[in-house]
Amino acid sequence: MSGLTIRGLTVSFDGFVAVDGVDLDVPPGDLRFLIGPNGAGKTTLVDAVTGLVKATGSARFGETELLGREVHRIARLGVGRTFQTATVFEELSVLQNLDIAAGSGRSALGLLRRRRGVPDDVARALETIGLTGRLDDLAGTLAHGQKQWLEIGMLLVQDARLLLLDEPVAGMSHEERDATGELLHQIALERTVVVIEHDMDFLRRYARTVTVLHAGKVLSEGTVAEVQADQRVQEVYLGHSTSTEGAA
Amino acid sequence: MTLVASQFITGISIGAVLLLIALGLALTFGQMNVINMAHGEFIMAGAYTTFVLQKVFSDAGVSLLVALPAAFVVAGLMGVLLEILLIRRLYARPLDTLLVTWGVSLMLQQLARDVFGAPNVQTRAPDLLTGNVHLWTGSDGVELTIASNRLFILGLVLVCLVALTLVLRLTPLGRRIRAVVQNRDLAAVSGVPTARVDRLTFFLGSGLAGVAGVALTLLGPIGPTMGTNVIIDAFLVVVVGGIGQLKGSVIVAFTLGVLQSGVEYATTLSVAKVIVFVAIVAFLQLRPQGLFTVRTRSLA
Repeated sequence: MSGLTIRGLTVSFDGFVAVDGVDLDVPPGDLRFLIGPNGAGKTTLVDAVTGLVKATGSARFGETELLGREVHRIARLGVGRTFQTATVFEELSVLQNLDIAAGSGRSALGLLRRRRGVPDDVARALETIGLTGRLDDLAGTLAHGQKQWLEIGMLLVQDARLLLLDEPVAGMSHEERDATGELLHQIALERTVVVIEHDMDFLRRYARTVTVLHAGKVLSEGTVAEVQADQRVQEVYLGHSTSTEGAA
Repeated sequence: MTLVASQFITGISIGAVLLLIALGLALTFGQMNVINMAHGEFIMAGAYTTFVLQKVFSDAGVSLLVALPAAFVVAGLMGVLLEILLIRRLYARPLDTLLVTWGVSLMLQQLARDVFGAPNVQTRAPDLLTGNVHLWTGSDGVELTIASNRLFILGLVLVCLVALTLVLRLTPLGRRIRAVVQNRDLAAVSGVPTARVDRLTFFLGSGLAGVAGVALTLLGPIGPTMGTNVIIDAFLVVVVGGIGQLKGSVIVAFTLGVLQSGVEYATTLSVAKVIVFVAIVAFLQLRPQGLFTVRTRSLA
């Protein structure tokens, strides 16, 4: 298992610095929650690590530097991610969605050969995410929560060793949240997981460690209890505090 | 009755030609949203490939059969070259793409003039594809026939259409093409090499233009401006059919063909053209998005 090591990561858009010199260590097998107010740079950080936006500094997965590589190369190194608002290929079937994620290393000729049946890893992922019965349905017809599970299933068949999940339980019911939380715990037994999430209740129950981002910088880091006790975090989230420095 | 049937058959064969020239564009413009004005010159390249091969193989039938895959590869490679050198640097800049590929189109026309000369050239059709095929004799004694070269083109377009549909629907390559069209970022983070998929898509689309070029040699002369003559029709079919959908292009091509042939019978060629264009403008006023639409996070 490998961890994620970020040093001095900086992303700027036309002079606006969205991520400002972030240092972050996610040890192998961690279940890290990344929180922070809107605009703190959480999603941009994930975009930078997965190569979707240009960044300076360093982001290493294990010993491998990720920055500067093509997006699909980073994916094939075992770094997988989901997007906000349940992003799947809506006009493709559930099986086709998983097939795309599974077939990243296919040869040119293999691309024209039609495979029959469902490969073992895809079948296992379908089982895990509870969509075995919806195999041939268009992904666009799935319920919101099912789409979010399909996203996670795609990362499983992609065999991502580092999963970066952007708001995986947004819009889910309580039961679905619990099921997702358990699933993330299972996944984190053999993979490294980073979760961006706003749901504090979900965070308290399932986070192993927490990093708080604010205005592109790391504000606080530690266990749930440590972060909750941190004065600066309370300022940022509540907009007031007992200190004399005033509101953020 | 026979008259209507005969006009309908003429319409279908016009539609087949329309569809064949539009099919490649349905892929590069319809699926990838790349406005490639040089698409017509890829058709021209396919036609000149046929011309050259007929010099090599004296038998018109053999050269035609060799020309089909050869033109596909020649035009396809031209497309890939254009994609690598220019178009990939201009993604999400449709107006610049339009201007640049128009420039390329003019350069290719001039190249054809320099290599093959300004006057049109002609290929010989194989004996099998000259004359008419008798379909049916009506009760009034009027014979219903279709020109055998047009029947061949109808068959060719059906083969291309089926092949393209199978590739898009059943193969992993087709799945990747559709995945990149639907959501480029998601495809990339799922490990799909989007740049390579773009190139392959462009190869397929441009190659189909080459095949259309071979077909056009059966209908008329080959000249440097033949691409310009058909490119507008091709764009019309794809735009009216709806971006991102093959079935739209199919329906529109045959509808326009039948409409054209019907109106042309009642009036003249020019009036028919005008009426068809007016009908298209009116239709696009009602449905600016075309016949069918698909929701995509497209390039532009």
